[in-house]
Order: sequence, then structure tokens, then C-alpha cells
Amino acid sequence: MSSKVAIVGVGCTKVGEHWDKSLRQLFLEASLKALEEADVDRVDAIYVGNMASATINFQQHLGALMADVMGMRGVDAVRVEAADASGSAAVHQAYMAIKSGQAQTVLVGGVEKLTDARPADVEYAAMMSERSEYVVYSGITIAGLNAIQTQLYMDRFNARYEDIVNFAVNDHRNAAGNPYAQFPFPITVERVLESPPVADPIRLFDTTAPADGAAALVLCPLETAKKLCDTPVVIEASVLATDGVNPYERDDVLTLTSTRVAAERAYRTAGITPRDVDVVEVHNTSSIMGVLALEDLGFVEKGQGWRFVAEGQIALNADLPTNTLGGLKARGHPWGATGVYQLVELTWQLRGEAGGNQVDGAEIGLAQSVGGLGATTVVHILRRWH
Amino acid sequence: MSAPAVRREIPYRYRLMGTKCLNCGALFHPPQRICPKCGSKDLVEEELAWRGRLVAYTVIRRPPKGYEDYKPYIVGLIELKDGKLILAQIVDCDIEEVRPGLKLEATFRRIREDGKSGIIEYGYKFRPVIEWNWQKKPNPEK
Repeated sequence: MSSKVAIVGVGCTKVGEHWDKSLRQLFLEASLKALEEADVDRVDAIYVGNMASATINFQQHLGALMADVMGMRGVDAVRVEAADASGSAAVHQAYMAIKSGQAQTVLVGGVEKLTDARPADVEYAAMMSERSEYVVYSGITIAGLNAIQTQLYMDRFNARYEDIVNFAVNDHRNAAGNPYAQFPFPITVERVLESPPVADPIRLFDTTAPADGAAALVLCPLETAKKLCDTPVVIEASVLATDGVNPYERDDVLTLTSTRVAAERAYRTAGITPRDVDVVEVHNTSSIMGVLALEDLGFVEKGQGWRFVAEGQIALNADLPTNTLGGLKARGHPWGATGVYQLVELTWQLRGEAGGNQVDGAEIGLAQSVGGLGATTVVHILRRWH
Repeated sequence: MSAPAVRREIPYRYRLMGTKCLNCGALFHPPQRICPKCGSKDLVEEELAWRGRLVAYTVIRRPPKGYEDYKPYIVGLIELKDGKLILAQIVDCDIEEVRPGLKLEATFRRIREDGKSGIIEYGYKFRPVIEWNWQKKPNPEK
């Protein structure tokens, strides 16, 4: 069994509307960058994270397809699906493959191509993370579910929507320095509040937009990584936890129990506490999900997340730099790729390659990736290796 | 959606049938065979309460495929009298009038249809309870 797993190559495409690129081309572009950076031609296994290729692109069997695209026929390859946590779930599978000794070098790529479908079809595909016959059936959307959470949160903790949406504002501020971001420009709280309502009280500028994108990592055992590159980044913990799929059949609608469970196990495995984390990436389909994530990851007490965000404590130069390259809101949310983007960005931060968005002295990074409304959470803890 | 896929959900969509865990008392809709809260396999069928109150709501202005004709529409989280939380559309109620705490009752409605020749799906939505003034009820004795 291998002792530690390291990231030796990362790559991604810009998030956005890639009218001239298919699912395959996006995967290829990100993966080639990661393989070139790692100086690796062939791997032992490929894990593909993707949520909606069947409904949006009429394509399944992504493992074999991407192996073929990468010129690696014969390789062990499979697609991993856990709604919009598919990318991080694929990384989790790759981590376990190396840990078990079954594979030495692994390529993980998250890919999503949403702009080929009409907006109402994208809304419907997004809802496939929830229970089809009952929750979807009510006509609710992801933004609608986030809206109900927001309303309950405001009522219980006496918070205001204009405070909560500072999460989206922070994402946009950070995305302005990311050449791969979908929306690389700042916005204000007023701009969010003036944007059209999507699912009251949620406004358009507090939701994610359909996007295309792919991100990739090359993983191998740390011993090999030390020979391949000067700055390996170690995956100290990779944990996946689940919860009830109906958000309102859980112990508390405002607690992401899967995030709590995954985070506790991840901190224990890595031998750290939340205080040791220098940079964080969380899964904010709307601001409320970002606020709940900060609380359930243990960075701030339940009910205090909105205040922490409104006070600017998640900014690049503040206590807990969060979503440092734009997060789901502004880097963008190409569902099955998002979890891999988070780890690409954390790797840049830990190597000191995040440009104008660099967090000084970042040693430990944490990524929280969520499927749907929290039925799946994957938590990764990364550490810069010295 | 095929006819069997719609037909097998009828008890849960038309009559609000769920299951109740005899060990911990939790209610589930749609039914669960094994209790996800306590792990017990001792569950019985139980019809949910048809009345309750609105806990929180949203107005869907960008609907998914199949719901475009209804927009904008209200979807609410409802706490039934038996304590079960359920998510459903709120109908017969203006957007300006909806508010948390509103007393609601289940009503049988059209949900969506699968094109011009496909299946029309029915099921539950919730509407405000109309409060009758019993004193003013006509007395058949007179």
C-alpha cells in the first residue's frame, strides 16, 4: 500500500461557452495540460467525472471514450457519477486506486458540456440530483431549493439576504484575477439585488450559469512524485460521505450533515484542525450553500456564517481566503468538472502559482464538493510538500 | 414517462401514502422499507395528514422543462399535522397573499403532461384552507 498520494500535474480549460469544442475536446485539452506538466505519456487508469452527458450530450461510456481520445486504448477507465460532486468523487476513486496499489499513475478529469442544451433542459438535468418522482415532480429547481434554505436561514438566524449574498460578491472579486473564470469581473451587493428574481428571494446574480469546462489532475505515489516534480502537492485526506437525498427528510434542513461527517473524518486523517487551513474552496450553487459550508466545515459556528461573510473574513487577504479564484459563482460551475477545478486551483495556491490571487504562505488547502443539496459531500485536504 | 412508471406511484401521489418507523416514529414519503434514521426494518404504511402549515416558500420564475406553462408558481415546504415535512406547489393563492404560517390542505391536481399524446400526470398540490363560519351554516331543522 502506498503511503501518500500526490498531485504532479494539473490543467483546465476556461469555463464558459465553448461553441467550437465538444465534451471530448474539452477533456482532451485539460488532460493534455496535466499530462504535459507531469511529463507523463501513459497512465494506469483514467477516472472521468461527469454528471449529465447522457441527458445533455446523448453520450455515455465516457471511460472508454476518453481513453480512446487520449490515445490510451487498453487502459483501465471508467466514469464516476455523484451529481455535481462527480469530479471530486472521481478524484476520490483515483486516490483509492493508488492507495490500494492497483495503479501507480492515474489521470482524473472532470468534464461537463452544458451549452448544447436549452436552458429549461439544463434546469431539468440539474434537478436529476434530487428525487425524480417527488422533489423534481413538485416543479422546484436547484435555485428554488436554495431559496427555501435561504428563507429558513434568514428566519432562524435573523440574517438579511443582502448580507448573505456577499458570498457571491467575494467570488466575483476573486474571479477578476483568474484567466480561466467564466465571469472575471467584480459585482456589488446592489447589482445582485437588482438582478431579476429566479426563485424568490434568490436573484440571478446569486446563481450559477450553464457552463462548459474540463479540469484534470495527474496523481501518483509521493515517492514517484518527488522524482517527477519539484513541488508535489500531497492529498492528505480524501473523504466521501452521503446523507438523505430529500433535503427535508434530514435531521435539520440547515445542516449539511454529509459535509460535517466528511470534514471530521478528513481533519482526523490529515491530523489537522480547521484552524490549520490556509485556503478553502466550497460548493456554492447559491450564497446560502457557501455560508452553510463554512459552518459545517467547522470554520464558524452554526448561524454565524452570514456574519463572517458579510464582515469580509473570506476575502483573499482576510482570515479564511475562500474560493480564491472565483468559486462556483464566478469561476463557474460546469457540474462534473467543478470538483476537479477546486483541486487544480488549490494546487496553484499551494505551489505559489496563483498570480495576483496568491495567498501568502499557503501550506494547507481544503476543498468541499457537494452533490445536489448535500446528499453527497467530498472533502479533500491538500498540503504543500517540502 | 411510461404508463407503468406513473401508475406505480399512484398510492403515494393520489393518497399521500408513506411509511412510519415503528421503532423511532419517523415518517417517510415516498415510503422507505428500511428506516434511514435508525436502521429498523419495522415500518408500516401510513397515510400522511392532509392538512398542515406553510414553513417557507419560493416563487419559481425559471422553471424546468414541463413546467413552463405554470410560471410563476409557488413551491412551499409544508409541515403536516403529523409533523412530516413535504414539498409541493401552493395553488389557489396569489403570490402577494402567500406567507409562512398559512394553513394548507392537500388537493388533487394536474402536475404535468408529456407532450400532446403522452401521459398526463396528476398528484397533490396544496391550497389555503377555507375557514367556514359554522354559525352561519344553514340549519336543516328550520
